[in-house]
Amino acid sequence: MIEFRSVSKTFPGGARAVEEFSLVIPARRITVLVGSSGSGKTTLLRMINRMVEPTSGTVEIDGASVLERDPVTLRRSIGYVMQNSGLMPHFTVLDNVATVLRLNGTSRRDAHARARELLGTVGLDQSLAERYPSQLSGGQQQRVGVARGLAADPNILLMDEPFGAVDPIVRTELQRELLRLQRELDKTVVFVTHDIDEAFLLGDRIVILGAGARIVQEGTPEEILTAPANDFVAAFIGADRGKRALRVEQRAHGTVVVDADGRVQGTLSPESAPASPGTTAGGMD
Amino acid sequence: MNFFADAIRWLADPEQWTGSYALPVLLGQHLLYTVVSVLIAVVIAVPTGWLIGHTGRGREIAVAVSGAARAVPSFGLLILLVLLFGVLQVPAAALVTFVLLAIPSLLAGAYSGIEAIDRRVLDAARAVGMTPWQVFWKVEFRLGLPLLIGGLRAATLQVIATVTIAAYVNLGGLGWPIIQGIPLRRFDEVLAGAILVAVLALVVDLLFAVAQRAAVPAGVRAVAT
Repeated sequence: MIEFRSVSKTFPGGARAVEEFSLVIPARRITVLVGSSGSGKTTLLRMINRMVEPTSGTVEIDGASVLERDPVTLRRSIGYVMQNSGLMPHFTVLDNVATVLRLNGTSRRDAHARARELLGTVGLDQSLAERYPSQLSGGQQQRVGVARGLAADPNILLMDEPFGAVDPIVRTELQRELLRLQRELDKTVVFVTHDIDEAFLLGDRIVILGAGARIVQEGTPEEILTAPANDFVAAFIGADRGKRALRVEQRAHGTVVVDADGRVQGTLSPESAPASPGTTAGGMD
Repeated sequence: MNFFADAIRWLADPEQWTGSYALPVLLGQHLLYTVVSVLIAVVIAVPTGWLIGHTGRGREIAVAVSGAARAVPSFGLLILLVLLFGVLQVPAAALVTFVLLAIPSLLAGAYSGIEAIDRRVLDAARAVGMTPWQVFWKVEFRLGLPLLIGGLRAATLQVIATVTIAAYVNLGGLGWPIIQGIPLRRFDEVLAGAILVAVLALVVDLLFAVAQRAAVPAGVRAVAT
């Protein structure tokens, strides 16, 4: 469990990124912080591993303040995946994945063995092990980034718009992989994005942030979709638009689901057939 | 072409290969002055440049120093320091001149090598839990090395050139035949000296070019080619 207790952050120069922010992030769930740029979401994320120090307030992990821990040890115990993959250009894929293990004193041999295992976990071919990041596609680099984040088997995984810079097809693929990984690994994931569809797809809990990291609404995707807190949230999630505003219509051959523009998005099965894309109002594409 | 033939003949003359002004001795002096002064400059400038690059503090100073110092005329500085130190301290004065001339390129190379690294890479290095020292050795030093060697290359060539004119204050080195030949109108000797300095500079430059290329990490070179 991660807890923010009335955290504020003022950057040198007077920009107030975060004001009196409090939030409890549950363990073993994906919590998505979503907001437009300037909402302070990345600042919040980086306060968890002390890449940013709060001006006031505390951030606690399982009841202990991170401010009392050594930043280096803290960071090694928390996985961090960033938008540009942040890989070391002069390290091979294997060395990149093994970085944290090597920093923690694992022998090169063991670290590499574990790194090879992780390549499989994130769906990368072993033949890429000796390549350099510049020889990989954007999607492959992000997978390496995720593998590096998981290497030391941290309880917490921080993800800062990890799929923001890859093309939509690869992004969808990576998002599915993350959900699969989370089912297997059961980490506490804090995920930052500006993409509300991504938030709905990945988040067990969603925190919608306004300027100064003010929480506009917090809840499960269902809660937010069915009861947007205000017009801002409604507009942000596009509650009145296209695929979010579905209605059921009776047609000659059965019941169909129709979006706001009157286009048929799918069919509605009777009884409780397994949910298929198009029958729920979630962020399916 | 006659000049060249004369110069080659002068070089081949056994007279130039014996005695206290023998060419190997002059070459040795030239290299010794170069190596010693560049090493002293490295000790001063490289850690300073790294510190500026790592912390980002003192950037303006580094830029100003390396910019201004490059405009200083080497011969003028040499004569000024010899006059200030006094004629009995000529080698010391010359050494200080060489060191001062080598510092700007080295400072710029060390500092800009780190400055040129993608900030996101350094951010990531910190975020995965490297200590500042590990960030420096594993990332900044390694990725900044090619530009540092570039600075070393420029500094060394600058010193080789300046040691040549230091023969004017009776310091020996490969400038000796040039300085000695001019008043005597022995142009074969002057040209021979010039050829030797040019060859030395080219060889050293080539060695550094190879080293600089080899210092580019494999993963970074992979993008360029």
